[in-house]
Amino acid sequence: MPTDVEQWKSELYGTDIREHIERFAETGWDSIPEDERDAWFERFKWYGLYHQRAGQESYFMMRIGPPNGVLEPGQFRTVAEIAKEYSTGPAANPEFGNGWLDVTTRQAIQLHWINIEDVPAIFDALEDAGLTTMQACGDSWRNIVGCPVAGKDEHEHVDALPTIHELNDRFKGNAEHANLPRKWKVSVTGCREGCGQGDINDLALEPATKTIDTDERSSSNNQNSPGSGDGEAREGFNVRVGGGLSRNEPRFARDIDVFVTPEQAADVAGGISALFREYGDREDRYNARIKFLVDEWGPEKLRDVLQDEFVDFELHTAGEDLRSEYSYNAGEAAGKHDHVGVHGQPDGNNYVGLNVLVGRIGADDALDIADAADEHGSGEVRLTQRQNIVLTDVPDENVDDLLAEPALEHYSPDPHPFMRGSIACTGTEFCSLSIVETKNRQVRYARWLKDNVELPAGVEDFHIHLSGCTASCAQPQIADISLRGMKTRKDGEPVEALDIGLGGGLGEEPQFASWVTERVPADEVPGAIRNLLANFEAQRADERQSFREFVAARDDDELAELVEPEETSYDDPFMHNTKRTWYPYADEDSLDDSPAPASPDGEPLSADD
Amino acid sequence: MATELRVLDDGAWISVDNQRRVPNSDIWPLAVTDFCGCETAHVVLEAFTDVGVDRDGVSVQAVGQCIDCGTEGALDWLAVGRVRDGAFHPYDPAELRPRLEPGNDIR
Repeated sequence: MPTDVEQWKSELYGTDIREHIERFAETGWDSIPEDERDAWFERFKWYGLYHQRAGQESYFMMRIGPPNGVLEPGQFRTVAEIAKEYSTGPAANPEFGNGWLDVTTRQAIQLHWINIEDVPAIFDALEDAGLTTMQACGDSWRNIVGCPVAGKDEHEHVDALPTIHELNDRFKGNAEHANLPRKWKVSVTGCREGCGQGDINDLALEPATKTIDTDERSSSNNQNSPGSGDGEAREGFNVRVGGGLSRNEPRFARDIDVFVTPEQAADVAGGISALFREYGDREDRYNARIKFLVDEWGPEKLRDVLQDEFVDFELHTAGEDLRSEYSYNAGEAAGKHDHVGVHGQPDGNNYVGLNVLVGRIGADDALDIADAADEHGSGEVRLTQRQNIVLTDVPDENVDDLLAEPALEHYSPDPHPFMRGSIACTGTEFCSLSIVETKNRQVRYARWLKDNVELPAGVEDFHIHLSGCTASCAQPQIADISLRGMKTRKDGEPVEALDIGLGGGLGEEPQFASWVTERVPADEVPGAIRNLLANFEAQRADERQSFREFVAARDDDELAELVEPEETSYDDPFMHNTKRTWYPYADEDSLDDSPAPASPDGEPLSADD
Repeated sequence: MATELRVLDDGAWISVDNQRRVPNSDIWPLAVTDFCGCETAHVVLEAFTDVGVDRDGVSVQAVGQCIDCGTEGALDWLAVGRVRDGAFHPYDPAELRPRLEPGNDIR
């Protein structure tokens, strides 16, 4: 039997939702029929609106998903202005104030505390700037991710941006692909370093080269056919399907033995999306992601069905990939870890990656950064999968002036490794699913570690990802230290806790973290990290051995003994049940004290109206 | 009118008549259910997988973990509240209700 969500989607979904959002915006929050709210809030997701958690009724998270995280000149300023005007709530966050934007691990931006009444004006402002929230959430094509400096990278095999834009243009707002069984996350990567993180996406196009017979059109080529022998080496992409981290069921995308030229990419990607539409599980949302279909079928059957039913030309077999060159998050001490710092572009300009601790930028800071991007670069700002930003097209003569901008003291191009390596999801501040507070906690962790822990010699990058639950939005399984929200008991009382995983990363041989120590009280995690790093320094083979190599050389029991959770001078103000607050940082934080639902001017509305 | 029940947002909460009435991440004590070796299991519900009603009782299926021993498992119909005169009354997660626990044949 189809789920309620499928029933609602079958009745009304896709672009038809827009007029209803505008209708409710016109008549106000109270006009959304109480007995239809589940259905409408599920549908609103398709337009990037996600109702915030219990205690925050009438407020929405809004997600803006630019293709590949590229914000063209002027677009970042528009988002910052929207954040300043509309993204403020009834209480301030002690670390971030009131009014900010969050850069996400999928190169999108999230705004919070958005009232439905303000949405049309925000949509207008976004669309005037060439941006959209369409399909930023919901069961469809999400924003396509990839190397954040695609087209401006010295390590590029092929510029993936034209392919990304073609896919975006074809599948955003496309009724044929608007209603899929579940979310559809796509990565398209052209760089040689693997920083598109294709392995953890539903569909990954990864750089490859294929020799294609010159007397054959792409419609007839097959590696097994004899051909003329006059091969032409074509640059393009190998295709992998079925990656993802959620639900305690992490999967790396599976190789389906298909190569596509850039000209074929949209047809094949659309074929796989259509295959998912037709064969994905619509009766059980927990089993709906395509990773489970790949589990069930295997990559060979998926390829066969794709060929037989969804593509009208003969698929190439896989080309020669570049995975052996992947250095991004590959666990090598000297490898590539992010896009922070000043780097050369092929055109002689530079891109400057700025660290954004846990992805959150104050609205005023964002306006200052937009000014700096305009003044010293082209004005383009790009978002990375490490929740950071990149200012591009900075001429050599402008670099020093850009680095001297006051905003770059906090959003640093040369941050301390513990600040640089920190990622956190939304957490119980706003998220319904999270079990623990995350963003403010990770900020406090990073600061304490910076002040109290010396990194072992040679360790200049160290990734710590904090996710509030098994949904894994902070991508914990591919970090050096993986933190996942849980509860435990301490001094007789339930407290927020974290599971600690080790050894995750990508590269030629990607590896998910192993959860070696579970249910560590949150206030003992910094001590655990300090002790683990001290043990790593004392016991590693030599200074060239990376942390990931050190972890890989030991079994889970050995590693668990090296973690040693311990109370320290670190103080954690979020040990209580933060989910049972209306806002974890409010002075009066109980659900009964919630001002929600509220009108855009902050006036509480009676929930009984 | 029949009470509408559903699990939404990846199992984050139980909707009762279009209102978010039962959240995940609370800790429920279980004295009868054979969940783990603890005398009383204290299970944090990580995500709901189904919800149903039996007469006036509302029960859930969920995955969770004992916060004391770490045993992970699935709960098969844990009572989380009841409907009286058309209104849902959630149970306090902190209270022990052995007669209503999964696996209690008295129920």
